[in-house]
Amino acid sequence: MRDPMNSSHDHGKRVGAALVVGGGIGGMQASLDFAAAGIKVYLAESGPCIGGVMSQLDKTFPTNDCAMCTMAPRLVEISRHKDIEIIPLADLAGIEGKAGDFTVTVRRRPRFVNDECTACGDCLKACPLGKLKPSDDPKKPQPIPDEYNMGLSFRPAIYIPYAQAVPNRAVVDPERCLYMKTGKCKLCVKACQAGAIDLDQKEAAVTLSVGAVVVAPGYKLIDPKVKPDYGYGTYKNVITALEFERLLSASGPHLGKVMRPSDKAEPKRIAFIQCVGSRDNERDYCSAVCCMYATKEALLAKEHLSPDLRCDIYFMDLRAFSKGFEEYYNRAKSHGVRYIRCRVPKLSEDPNTRNVRLKFVAEDETKREAEYDLVVLSAGLKPNPSSTALKEPLGLEFDQHGFCAAKPFSPVDSGREGIFVAGVFTEPKDIPETVIQASGSVARAMELLAPAKGELLAKKEYPPETDVRGAEPKVGVFICHCGTNIASVVAVKGVVAYAQSLPNVAHAENVLYACANDSQEKIKKTVMEKGLNRVIVAACTPRTHEPLFRNTIREAGLNPYLFEMANIRDQCSWVHMGEPALATRKAKDLVRMALAKARLLEPLQKKRVPIQKGVVVIGGGLAGMTASLTLGRQGFTVHLVERDPELGGMMRRSRYLLGGADPQKHLSDVIAAVKAEKNIAIHLSVKLEAVEGCVGNFKTRLSADGRPSAEIDHGAIIVATGAREHKPDEYLYGRNPSVLTQLELEERLSHDGLGKAKTVVMIQCVGSRDEKRPNCGRVCCASAVKNALKIKELSPETGVYVLFRDVRTYGFKEAFYTEARRKGVVFVRYDETRKPTVAEEGGRILVTVWEPISRAEVVLPADLVALSTPTVPHPENKDLAQMLKVPLDPNGFFLEAHMKLRPVDFATEGVFLCGAAHFPKTPDETIAQSLGAAARAATVLAKDAMELSANISHVINDGCDGCAYCVEPCPYKAVTLLEYMREGAIKKMVEVNESLCKGCGVCQATCPKKGIVVRGFRLEQIAAMVEAALTPAPLEPAPAPEPTEEEAKT
Amino acid sequence: MSQQALAKPLDPSEIQNPDPLVVAFCCNWCSYTGADLAGTSRLQYPPHARIIRVMCSGMVHPNLVIDALTKGADGVMICGCHPGDCHYIDGNLKTEKRAEAIKLMLEDFGLEPERFRLEWVSASEGPRFAQVMQEMIDGVKRLPPSSYKTG
Repeated sequence: MRDPMNSSHDHGKRVGAALVVGGGIGGMQASLDFAAAGIKVYLAESGPCIGGVMSQLDKTFPTNDCAMCTMAPRLVEISRHKDIEIIPLADLAGIEGKAGDFTVTVRRRPRFVNDECTACGDCLKACPLGKLKPSDDPKKPQPIPDEYNMGLSFRPAIYIPYAQAVPNRAVVDPERCLYMKTGKCKLCVKACQAGAIDLDQKEAAVTLSVGAVVVAPGYKLIDPKVKPDYGYGTYKNVITALEFERLLSASGPHLGKVMRPSDKAEPKRIAFIQCVGSRDNERDYCSAVCCMYATKEALLAKEHLSPDLRCDIYFMDLRAFSKGFEEYYNRAKSHGVRYIRCRVPKLSEDPNTRNVRLKFVAEDETKREAEYDLVVLSAGLKPNPSSTALKEPLGLEFDQHGFCAAKPFSPVDSGREGIFVAGVFTEPKDIPETVIQASGSVARAMELLAPAKGELLAKKEYPPETDVRGAEPKVGVFICHCGTNIASVVAVKGVVAYAQSLPNVAHAENVLYACANDSQEKIKKTVMEKGLNRVIVAACTPRTHEPLFRNTIREAGLNPYLFEMANIRDQCSWVHMGEPALATRKAKDLVRMALAKARLLEPLQKKRVPIQKGVVVIGGGLAGMTASLTLGRQGFTVHLVERDPELGGMMRRSRYLLGGADPQKHLSDVIAAVKAEKNIAIHLSVKLEAVEGCVGNFKTRLSADGRPSAEIDHGAIIVATGAREHKPDEYLYGRNPSVLTQLELEERLSHDGLGKAKTVVMIQCVGSRDEKRPNCGRVCCASAVKNALKIKELSPETGVYVLFRDVRTYGFKEAFYTEARRKGVVFVRYDETRKPTVAEEGGRILVTVWEPISRAEVVLPADLVALSTPTVPHPENKDLAQMLKVPLDPNGFFLEAHMKLRPVDFATEGVFLCGAAHFPKTPDETIAQSLGAAARAATVLAKDAMELSANISHVINDGCDGCAYCVEPCPYKAVTLLEYMREGAIKKMVEVNESLCKGCGVCQATCPKKGIVVRGFRLEQIAAMVEAALTPAPLEPAPAPEPTEEEAKT
Repeated sequence: MSQQALAKPLDPSEIQNPDPLVVAFCCNWCSYTGADLAGTSRLQYPPHARIIRVMCSGMVHPNLVIDALTKGADGVMICGCHPGDCHYIDGNLKTEKRAEAIKLMLEDFGLEPERFRLEWVSASEGPRFAQVMQEMIDGVKRLPPSSYKTG
């Protein structure tokens, strides 16, 4: 295996392409990061489209953000990316060669639908299997369960997996297709006006040359049938959490109406049962996300149904261990979600009502019973079964559950050089950790591929742009039938005739599918032949299709921003299906509105700003060093800034880890590697004086001993300032030398051993999960287990008691918790309302705890007391946050741009985050996050110049009088007020920093003088659309029935 | 997918304006996407709204709303991301403040409060988009045609 500490020194061939296996959120992140770093990407997905499990989620905890809102822009970005090639329905057949130069064989199962498909959906309606209804008669053919809705609805044999699916094309299910089974049918082929369906398509093998592979095949839920006592599959009202997620989703089987399966009744009582299929003898791991997703689903169910909806969560330990989770859990409790601590042994069904009964033993050992309308099983996570097929060709090692567990200190290395891993494939984890590992994999791969970056990127040549300045608008209007999707409701030809009557329209025609290749060619030809200088396409939505058409007119020599779309399908024909006359009038209005704007369109250019190649990494602990090392190896100049006189940070105090890895060995290796890396300049004992500028062009000033020591120009910043150990002021800490923090105990155990201690008591959650500091410390439970196991190793007869509230040993740490109990460590729960007490009596320490099972106070005489205190943020974070213009969370940790999908980015571009400065974490999590932050920083640094959006704010000299109303509201602090002398008078006006502006237009809406506008959405352009909307087209009688294919083509 | 209408039809006796015109500003990232999803899901709502895509609800100048209403629109709606979901950090919260100001101005122009609405619709809330459209249009149908309407 390639040692993560050593950069590869052989100068073999490097191919500037990478294969990403798995199209879920991890694979998507890796693809985008690779492409941004200058690497051509093949994204192989085993299913028909990318998106993974996240595409099925309704909301995400702890912010309750809409999952699709946050991921859809990424889906679209990937679908359009010139350097990312998606290979759906792919199976990896083999890999040969070595790191830097692999040859991969991929088998591509047939889709039976080619690239001509426009996702119009006509074939779906034609498929006879889409009309099947479920039946109790076993002889009758059953409808096909829709995988996206977890079988809660049905689909035809030819289908589009979900509305936003990428690629957005139909796919044929060969297992069910009538033609495949009987040789007859082909109704879909007849229905497809694009001629996109080929039911005789065969499997094909593709050979790819790549330098590295990232494997992120994701997960599936454990089938609850492994717990037969829960009756899943037999009891109709027992469903999985992912099924419930689909019920909650507005795009789900009942459009967000929550109804139970047996009778479509609205449930009044819902139970959630945790740890289904995990944390048991067979699977001794914790799935890490179920406590929070159950909490989320309970909260959402209350939102959907009623605040009085009864939601009971049956759990063993509530593992709300990450940023904002404990607060979310508290919120759920305050909304009336009830948490009942027990392991539910069995469910039964009332045959009459189909309600589900639950018998359990409560914590006080009393037997209880409860009845629910619906029971949701929080099934655990297991590796995607598709990953089994990867083992052989990739030569990876799997554990007994099929996870490809990574080694400590190399969390994204697969064990085989040049192959990297991310996501649940290595261990159960949440979305942000998956995204972090995906980015981290790219960082490690780029250490290898940096010399080849840019070599295989697609280059596109365009004809020179026609100068349209000052020319009278000559607009071409193309109106799409979208097969029958538009034409069956809207009288397309009537709209064409109407468009021809409008001013500045030089050409109008109807096309069968505007997005199809032949139409694209037609548009190009017409632009050139008729000298059009603006183009309107009236079809579907600009969100997905505007880039395509912009590219088309650019190929015809027009500036791409001289284009406008009218949405006459998604927002007209599809939503007014029964009202053809009114829908036709609306389509005409939408075309006229688009025209009003099109006449005012102007050519826009994306400005390019040169990028400074260096990066400043703030903090010389494990996080900062890891990030510096990978960036240095990728060839970037790194300035590693540390205020202490030596490198190492908090990790210098760590003596041993769970599982036996040696942190000091790793630390000294990293320090040596950092010192040896020629691209890293180390600045020790320095203070950060100022950081100015913005992404691509920062200037940082350092001082040493109060004197300026360095001035650095750089393109990106990584914040890796770490955190510190909380020192408590309770439980006799600081007053009795035998009361220690866990970290102090670790130091003592490794230096002096256990001494004569016969009883050690540990108290969890000291200084965390309380009013002052609501967040969980995340790693303290594992630290306690680690020290308890160390004590048992040193002296098996020493009694160890861990007083806990919830044991939060998430992921594979669960097995160590099991091991500790097996070795005799006693775990005693205490309630937050009855905290333990520690007293000194006759030279001994007595720990008193109220024990909830026996409902009695227990007094433990202790020789040593270890307090599990959290890692807390540095108070200086505030100053740094102000200097960098980035936010802190309420607990004082740095706040990332988005908790799920941008876990190492700040909202401020060019500034990235990793390590304990973000939140407490284990060394492997810190390493992954630091690699991730480095990969994200590299996406900025990899380019020579940064392309800014063309649709950003612009100050109009004559309009702006310097009132500065727009300065404060700008979310990005991109607007500043300038004062200068002109013709002997003070002139005031605002200035926009184009690198910071994102084009939201808050300034434009604030300005009283039309002095600042967003290009492409100027006030006058929007006002022209409003004006056009106010003079409707004449209402004409309902159009004739939809035209035939021949008519449409003429 | 159903073609269901999400709200009860108006009682004909309530309708004062059978063919109103509503201008709706929808933010690109959430509401416009939600409007597209209503289409993908074939959710039906009355054909009286004209949607204008903006990048952020915070881009909509109050003058656009007042101008539309005083030049004959029967109603104006601004749709943005739910608080906390804004693609541009908090542009929607600025919209919320402006909407308060717009509501105060309606009275000065002799316009009924039902003629202006601010709604949050997420990218996955196709049904909600159809529903707020239905409600908005039903609301203005209950009013007489705009007194500012010419011709």
